[in-house]
Amino acid sequence: MSCGLLLDEVQVSKGVNRVSDKSSSKSGAAKEFELEMTLLRRVQMTLHRYPWLSSLLVLLAVVVAFGTVNERFLLPSTISLMVQQTVIVGSLAIAQALIILTAGIDLSIGSIMIFGQMLMANLAVFVIASNVLPIAGQNPYLAMVLGVLAATAAGAVNGFLIVRFGLPPFIVTLGTWSVFMGLTLIFFKARTIQGPEMPEVMLTLGEGFSVGPFFVTYGLLVMFAMYFVVAWSLRNTAWGKHVYAVGDDPNAATLSGINTNKVLFSVYLVAGLIMGITAIITIGRVGSASPNVDPMLNLQSITAVVIGGISLFGGRGAVVGALIGSLIVVAVEMGLSLAGVDQAYRTASIGVLVIIAVGIDQWIRKVKV
Amino acid sequence: MTEPIVKARGLVKRFGSVTALNGTDFDLFPGEVLAVIGDNGAGKSSLIKCFAGAHTPDEGQMWVNGEEVVFQSTQDARRHGVETVFQTLAVAPALDIASNLFLGREERKKNFMGTVFRQLDKKGMRRKAAEHLESLGISTLQDITQAVETLSGGQRQAVSVARAAAFGSQVIILDEPTAALGVRESAKVLDLIKDLKDRGLTVVLISHNMPQVYEVADRIHVQRLGKRAAVVTPKSASMNDSVGLMTGAIDLPDTEQQLSPV
Repeated sequence: MSCGLLLDEVQVSKGVNRVSDKSSSKSGAAKEFELEMTLLRRVQMTLHRYPWLSSLLVLLAVVVAFGTVNERFLLPSTISLMVQQTVIVGSLAIAQALIILTAGIDLSIGSIMIFGQMLMANLAVFVIASNVLPIAGQNPYLAMVLGVLAATAAGAVNGFLIVRFGLPPFIVTLGTWSVFMGLTLIFFKARTIQGPEMPEVMLTLGEGFSVGPFFVTYGLLVMFAMYFVVAWSLRNTAWGKHVYAVGDDPNAATLSGINTNKVLFSVYLVAGLIMGITAIITIGRVGSASPNVDPMLNLQSITAVVIGGISLFGGRGAVVGALIGSLIVVAVEMGLSLAGVDQAYRTASIGVLVIIAVGIDQWIRKVKV
Repeated sequence: MTEPIVKARGLVKRFGSVTALNGTDFDLFPGEVLAVIGDNGAGKSSLIKCFAGAHTPDEGQMWVNGEEVVFQSTQDARRHGVETVFQTLAVAPALDIASNLFLGREERKKNFMGTVFRQLDKKGMRRKAAEHLESLGISTLQDITQAVETLSGGQRQAVSVARAAAFGSQVIILDEPTAALGVRESAKVLDLIKDLKDRGLTVVLISHNMPQVYEVADRIHVQRLGKRAAVVTPKSASMNDSVGLMTGAIDLPDTEQQLSPV
């Protein structure tokens, strides 16, 4: 399926190239102006229909640019590393994408994932810093299930507060961000649980296998599976249509007989589930469970989603864009780092990318036939 | 005498200290086009929102086909065959035409994928959407997978009307359907209303535009100060009379005589 999607993308991007070829062969000032307008509008309309296309083109441009500047960029080991680096933000970006499609935003994404991760790691080891968990050390599978359930419940808390009290998602998740960060420190202290302390099965998703010169981790496969399930559901189920409708125009959705509260709650619940699964992926990827894994995860997931062509105003974009967005961020970071650019400049360049992405989104939304 | 298809007695709707409906009566007879006119704030929109299921009246009773009903949502109204085209059209701009036609009542595949994985029958819905638009004579839309926001105002209106007419409904309520349209597109919408009537549907038209009301309506319900001020027909009352009733310049004490179907 993901293969088919990619083929589709390549064909469409070829189509755009052909259009630009045509424009260069024409002559005459007036003609050119007319053609420029129509060309621009055709590009705008194509991007309107396939919002992830612009981000895919950016990704290709980034890869080609850095690939020509530095040959190490296209080494299989570098590519494997970059793809593996997207796995945490890429997975969280699925949850963020769902929420942003409903015109919401989730700032608590990282802290809920870390809460789930610390819960499952503490449950899985015998010796824990706080002796409040009597069932600890019994069963790593049970520990993982409970960690995922806790994250799902945390997502449900977000959804409940937003739906029941009509609070803005920004405020609710700003609050739960701090709450779950605090709970993590209260229950699990600030203690990092090292990989060797945990049962081996907890680290499975960090392991993998070789496909030719590339290394693929199981965590990566889980991330792709989540993308597939969410993308398929959004495209092929009534729930998916309703998620878009609620994000697009909640009043219209209500008048069309959609229970907007139910849809919103389900989205936050599913987002919590994805954060829980990402917690297992993170333990595998990092090789330990630390409350300080990355304090910027929530903002990074928003960055990935926005660069991936999903509109912050809701109702527009495809979830696969979040994956492309995460890849762009990692590719830019890696490319600049290989070019010897200082960390500060890399951070700034990602910021510029975000602003350009939102600018393009605004332009695409103005499409008229 | 024919039984009304939609009947209401003593509807009251309050929003805080504002009384939008102050004991309105309403009668709609099968197969007619009933226009509802009234000044701003007379309670036209509140009245039809009660029938649409978007508002639940605080007091009063409503009947559809002789059966007393209480609508809590637009779904309830739809189940009783009452469909509404809201002034805002209630379409999701970013979704395509077919998705909008079936929004809130999507059809799943009949096979394993539909029952277990709840996969939608997208092809089937697109085919049916195209058929519905075709049967209403709206074939100017080439592409059923086009996003609604890329359509003109009139085309959007047509999609909204098609959605209301597509699902075996009996009554279609149109709230100010021509308010945002140009002359040519307005004429098309009026044709659409006549067409709906020819197909045996009952239509309620809320409008400010007197010439349009007089062109298509069989009877005219005049709403004033949250109550039914009068019911007239285009033959029994001139446009000036109607405007007089609307503004209170003319007072018609006994409205009951005017209630018989045309």
